[in-house]
Amino acid sequence: MERKIRILIAKPGLDGHDRGAKVVARALRDAGFEVVYTGLHQTPEQIVSAAIQEDVDAVGLSLLSGAHRVLFPTVVELLRKQQSGDILVFGGGVIPRDDIAWLKEQGIQAVFTPGASTEDIIDWVKSNIRPKS
Amino acid sequence: MEDRKLKGNVKAKESWEKECYRPSLSQSPERLSRFSTVSDLEIDKLYSPEDFGRLDFMRDIGFPSQYPYTRGVQASMYRGRLWTMRMFSGFGSAEDTNRRYKYLLSQGQTGLSVAFHYPTLMGYDSDSPRSKGEVGQCGVAIDTLKDMEILFDGIPLEKVTTSMTINPPAAILLAMYIAVAEKQGVSKEEIGGTIQNDMLKEFIAQKTFMLPPRPSVRLIVDTVEFCTREVPKWNTISISGYHIREAGSTAVQELAFTLADGIGYVQACIERGLKVDDFAGRLSFFFNSHIDFFEEIAKYRAARRIWAKIMRERFKAQNPRSWMLRFHTQTAGCSLTAQQPYNNVIRTTMEALAAVLGGTQSLHTNSLDEVYAVPTEMAATIALRTQQVIAEETGVTNTIDPLGGSYFVEALTNKMEEEALKYINKIDELGGIVRAIELGYPQQEIANAAYAYQKQVERKEKIVVGVNKYQVDEEKPLEYLKIDPEVEEKQIGRLKEVKRTRNNARVQACLAELKRASKGSDNLMPNILAAVKEYASLQEICDVFREVFGTYRDPGMF
Repeated sequence: MERKIRILIAKPGLDGHDRGAKVVARALRDAGFEVVYTGLHQTPEQIVSAAIQEDVDAVGLSLLSGAHRVLFPTVVELLRKQQSGDILVFGGGVIPRDDIAWLKEQGIQAVFTPGASTEDIIDWVKSNIRPKS
Repeated sequence: MEDRKLKGNVKAKESWEKECYRPSLSQSPERLSRFSTVSDLEIDKLYSPEDFGRLDFMRDIGFPSQYPYTRGVQASMYRGRLWTMRMFSGFGSAEDTNRRYKYLLSQGQTGLSVAFHYPTLMGYDSDSPRSKGEVGQCGVAIDTLKDMEILFDGIPLEKVTTSMTINPPAAILLAMYIAVAEKQGVSKEEIGGTIQNDMLKEFIAQKTFMLPPRPSVRLIVDTVEFCTREVPKWNTISISGYHIREAGSTAVQELAFTLADGIGYVQACIERGLKVDDFAGRLSFFFNSHIDFFEEIAKYRAARRIWAKIMRERFKAQNPRSWMLRFHTQTAGCSLTAQQPYNNVIRTTMEALAAVLGGTQSLHTNSLDEVYAVPTEMAATIALRTQQVIAEETGVTNTIDPLGGSYFVEALTNKMEEEALKYINKIDELGGIVRAIELGYPQQEIANAAYAYQKQVERKEKIVVGVNKYQVDEEKPLEYLKIDPEVEEKQIGRLKEVKRTRNNARVQACLAELKRASKGSDNLMPNILAAVKEYASLQEICDVFREVFGTYRDPGMF
């Protein structure tokens, strides 16, 4: 039996806005994925460590404080450095449209901005994330 | 209302329903299967006198500035004095923000409100590794007294009052403000303002926390005690519901959890040995103004009535000032949309109007672009003008509590009170608000409400214009404010320079003394003041607290 897709939802940096992250975590869990939520105030190192420890297939980063250009690529970079570049990273929050293309170049697979539905995110995960075999 | 007349009204309403309303449905069926507020509170088709229930005019509504204050806390309300137009503002460096403050004051705002950047909110300096990417983004960077001096440069603190949205390091920012005022020749007896200083709602909703709950409350009581004696015009806590609502709570939950937090603080101050009438008059509140117009108005009126009863009956306060709930309002950030952002001007207008009709003492109106970034000058100006148009052109300030006596508004005010009391009683049963927080009770209620609302929006049971109805295919890009990328480097440079030129021996001595005092039960404000005046940094002081009291880790429940 194929193992379930495992996702880590994480809040990098000092941003304390967790309404969206919690709603997404819950929606993904209700959709049948295994979800781990890091809680707030995680450094990129802590996020990567949790992702590897929890053996997840993808990491969803939520940020509303404007620090995404520093923190999101750092998570991608650290995963690659630890031979875990197969863990895909996606994100959401208050991310200006102008920054999305750049973030994708840095290895963020998708960015879900205000107005995205939980269905959009669930569909994206189903289409783009494979559980580790 | 006399029973006979009441029965007559009820019969008349029933026949209206049967003979007029129901037949009309064949022509125009009800648009929705259920009519409810944004908080999902069901609303009836029509309200009439019998919906007042057991309402007694003098006991339940009364007059402004008289118990239970349903109609307002000041006798003349806006006829005597408009609410303070107090725009929450801050970004980049202290110079950047000082410029914006001077601009807003020149455009007619009547009070200052400081937004600090995340490092300051969390007790870190701009050069902390945790601050990378965050400096100046969500608010102004304040690391030492030097930044505060620049922030208020040219602003007369004996003439302007300032509210500071700051929680774990609130005592430190208060100390800095006192120090800046002193340098201007303004004593702490003369300054006026507010520190948010409400840690309970941090654990529940806003999540800028540092120390665990009990030491956090100790620091708050220290500031209340200090200000009661030495800073008499200062509002010591801004007991907040805004953030609780932003986190996804219903209006009733916002009301209930805020007042429950208030009960917690009053209790803590009494346990310290303070007399309720000595400090209660300087407690203030802060509510959200969300998009459901009448629900908000009813909420504010209920808030005043419930708090008056709590203070007089539960805490036996004697001074009427202790019974009066004074509040600041901010229009709901979470109601604004990234889609078609100009629509946000309309939302903010309705929300501001609700706050005014609800009798707020002070008001911040959001800017249309705040879904994207900190406001541009243009957007902040429109937001300020919104308040000015309401105040000067609409006539709603001509009379006090214009909606008093409305069948709907009084019935809804009663309903809000009734529902809020259920939560307040539940929290009492759990052992009080601190215990309830430890159990995760308000946090879980909020997460549940947030999830339910999201699902309602996705199912189109709740409409958001531009998001799930009246969308456009191609959104026009909006110009928004970008923070100068050099701010971080410059700020780190300034901090280095302050540390180099200050008397480091004195700083270390102050920090050592602060550490010693923290381990005991002394009021820490004098020590914090001393450290701040020597240009100890925010993080240096917070690190002492972290060492002594430990840090709080988000339990990460969802």
